[in-house]
Amino acid sequence: MKILMLGWELPPHNSGGLGVACYYLSKALARNGADIDFVVPYEAKHDNVDFMKIHSATKLSPLHKFGMGAYDSNFLLKETKQDELGELTTIRDVQKRYVDFVEQLVEGKSFDAIHAHDWLTMEAGMLAKQLTNAPLIVHVHATEFDRAGGNQGNPIVHEIEYQGLIMADRILAVSAITKDIIVKKYGIPADKIEVVHNAIDPDGLNDGYEYDNRTYRYLEGLKDEGYTIISAITRFTIQKGLANLVRAVARASEKYDRFALLLAGDGEQRDELIRLAADLGIADKIFFTGFVRGKQWRDAYSVSDVFVLSSISEPFGLTALEAAHHDNALIVTNQSGVGEVLQSIFRYDFWDVERLADQLVGIATSPALKDSLRTNILNEYARLSWHDVAKKCMSQYTKATSPSVLVGAFS
Amino acid sequence: MNKRGITLYLHVHQPYRVRDYSVFDTSENHNYFVDPDPQSNRNNEKIFNKVANKSYRPMNALLEKLLNTHPEFKVSLSITGTFMEQAEQWAPDVLESFKRLVATGRVEIVAETYYHSLAFFYSRTEFERQVEAHKAKIRELFGVETNVFRNTELAYNDDLAKWADGYGFKGILAEGWDPILDWRSPNFVYKPEGTENIALLLKNYRLSDDLAFRFSNREWQEWPLTVDKYTQWMESSIQDQPLVNLFMDYETFGEHQWEDTGIFTFFEDFVGRWLEDENNTFYTTSEAIATNEPAGVISMPETVTWADAERDLTAWVGNSMQHEAMKHIYSLEDDVMRTNDNELIADWRKLQTSDHAYYMCTKWFTDGDVHAYFSPYDSPYDAFLYYINAVRDVRWRLHETHRTGGLSG
Repeated sequence: MKILMLGWELPPHNSGGLGVACYYLSKALARNGADIDFVVPYEAKHDNVDFMKIHSATKLSPLHKFGMGAYDSNFLLKETKQDELGELTTIRDVQKRYVDFVEQLVEGKSFDAIHAHDWLTMEAGMLAKQLTNAPLIVHVHATEFDRAGGNQGNPIVHEIEYQGLIMADRILAVSAITKDIIVKKYGIPADKIEVVHNAIDPDGLNDGYEYDNRTYRYLEGLKDEGYTIISAITRFTIQKGLANLVRAVARASEKYDRFALLLAGDGEQRDELIRLAADLGIADKIFFTGFVRGKQWRDAYSVSDVFVLSSISEPFGLTALEAAHHDNALIVTNQSGVGEVLQSIFRYDFWDVERLADQLVGIATSPALKDSLRTNILNEYARLSWHDVAKKCMSQYTKATSPSVLVGAFS
Repeated sequence: MNKRGITLYLHVHQPYRVRDYSVFDTSENHNYFVDPDPQSNRNNEKIFNKVANKSYRPMNALLEKLLNTHPEFKVSLSITGTFMEQAEQWAPDVLESFKRLVATGRVEIVAETYYHSLAFFYSRTEFERQVEAHKAKIRELFGVETNVFRNTELAYNDDLAKWADGYGFKGILAEGWDPILDWRSPNFVYKPEGTENIALLLKNYRLSDDLAFRFSNREWQEWPLTVDKYTQWMESSIQDQPLVNLFMDYETFGEHQWEDTGIFTFFEDFVGRWLEDENNTFYTTSEAIATNEPAGVISMPETVTWADAERDLTAWVGNSMQHEAMKHIYSLEDDVMRTNDNELIADWRKLQTSDHAYYMCTKWFTDGDVHAYFSPYDSPYDAFLYYINAVRDVRWRLHETHRTGGLSG
């Protein structure tokens, strides 16, 4: 089966979960016999990819360096003056170039399906559909509603999403929450949408990594003194609900004083969070690492006891599965899709600071509770396999193809 | 020749579920059991009223009708103290209907722990106090004495039988579990190992669970269960044997099996059909024992319960959270009893009800088989969290009001 896969990033040149999901999904599809042409909007080495052909739509280096990553739609119309960019000064310029590239790429070729990921590639997907007559599968990892923290968001992005969803033959949503948004906010019929939850590849994480307890030495010192380390590893945007996490840690500290909060990542909310922590009198309990990669990123999970996914609106939340892999107890908002596939977790509504604080104190003060959560989620998370996700996708390609085959037969 | 008898025994129970009791309530607010949200699944009044309408009221009406229609119909009931308290508070008519049943003289009350606890396995003194409290409550409400004992979840072993024998009970109930029975049938009266004057009645779990668990299950190949079919099974089970013990939760009727499954009609018709044969009757548990000599001696050195495929206590004390919870609650016994603070003692005892530990069970939860998990909480972890916050508050009250005990568990 020949698949044209339209993506925006792949590891290690990714700014978040979209790249990770695209990588493992493609790998599993390739193992299921798919022949994939994968388009990215930048040029870089992908030494870890030998299972598909990667096409670079531009000569740019990876885009997150310019604030044009998969999650940066709020930079949409902002002029970024950088020499390296040349005339491509906005994310819309890059998208236009991406569309042109795809137009040339598909010429004279045929595909069994076009698989486009998120709004970034939807225009290219629609054009490729027109030119090749192949069915368009739109894979929704996040909508503009999620990125805008429940607000309307950018109207241009919203419009592109709407057109893409209308033109798609099948839509894949990463959770029931996301499916619900597509139905309610975009008016798409529910039967056109299939929920395909993300998964995790433990083998990909078992790459010889060993925890280095010197990376976060101070936190290890606190642990020796009986502290419980809470972590969030994420972008600091309103979507992630981190202010409530900080408030909950402050509230929990009223009952139990040995908490530390590790906030690994960066983003527009950082200064606000620092201010908030100071206002609440817990500035010394919060540790900001900045954006972490590689070992620092892995070690952040490892040093942590409790991982909180505090998002206001989270289509999936791969980080929760990564945290489970690193032996964390999980607390996940009811507004996060990953909660749909996990049982052994605490849940709360993103605004419910009291409940989160109660759960944090419970975990910190009861070894039995902490160990049960950690052990049980460790036994659970690895059941989510990319192989199953790939099989679901394959069946959606077939489903999208069958009607046009019929039309073809009678015309 | 004695008649062939069915010993129908129904267990009536409601726990005091712990509300969403947070660590911010601990040491501030000592209300563990009254959920202010009328829609909450932890709202005990709401649940009691719901089950009263679905089960207690219609089933008691049916039992009353059957007692009036069939002089041979009899039933035995165990009614927990926590149930009786809730009925007194929220549904006095339900309690009155139980009193009318008992007043017929053909409904026996079976003894147990007042708080439906697992105290036997943690504290013999506390266990006996709860058995005493239950006897007293039954005497007060129904004016009768109890002679046959059942332990919570039918959790039984040889030590329990010896205790009940020494205490003066004439009979005791247990699961008729194949690995114990081997070639023997549960359809006889037995004598527990190492006892003098007590008889053992064993649950015929196949015929009991056909009603309690399988009746409405459309996946079951025998569905729908007809009176003809069930009577036939009963006949072939009891052939050349004196009795069949049907033990189950009272709430089987109307709550576990809803009215629209036909359970009430089925049961009424079955009782009528069974009694059409003049050789057939029903026994109360005391009558079953008085009528039949023990056919042999049964030993259960390890605890056997009526729960799950394993027939053990792992649904209650199978994981570390449950062990912690039980350890902490029972470790407070001496300090709590010393206070003579009746309100505190009652709260402590309500926290001993085995349901709390059951809600913390993870053995099905991880498999995603949440249908096997009946709980008012979102997860076993929530159940543990609210429970342990309440236990800490009990500890706080001991420390603060009575200057007894410390705050660390």
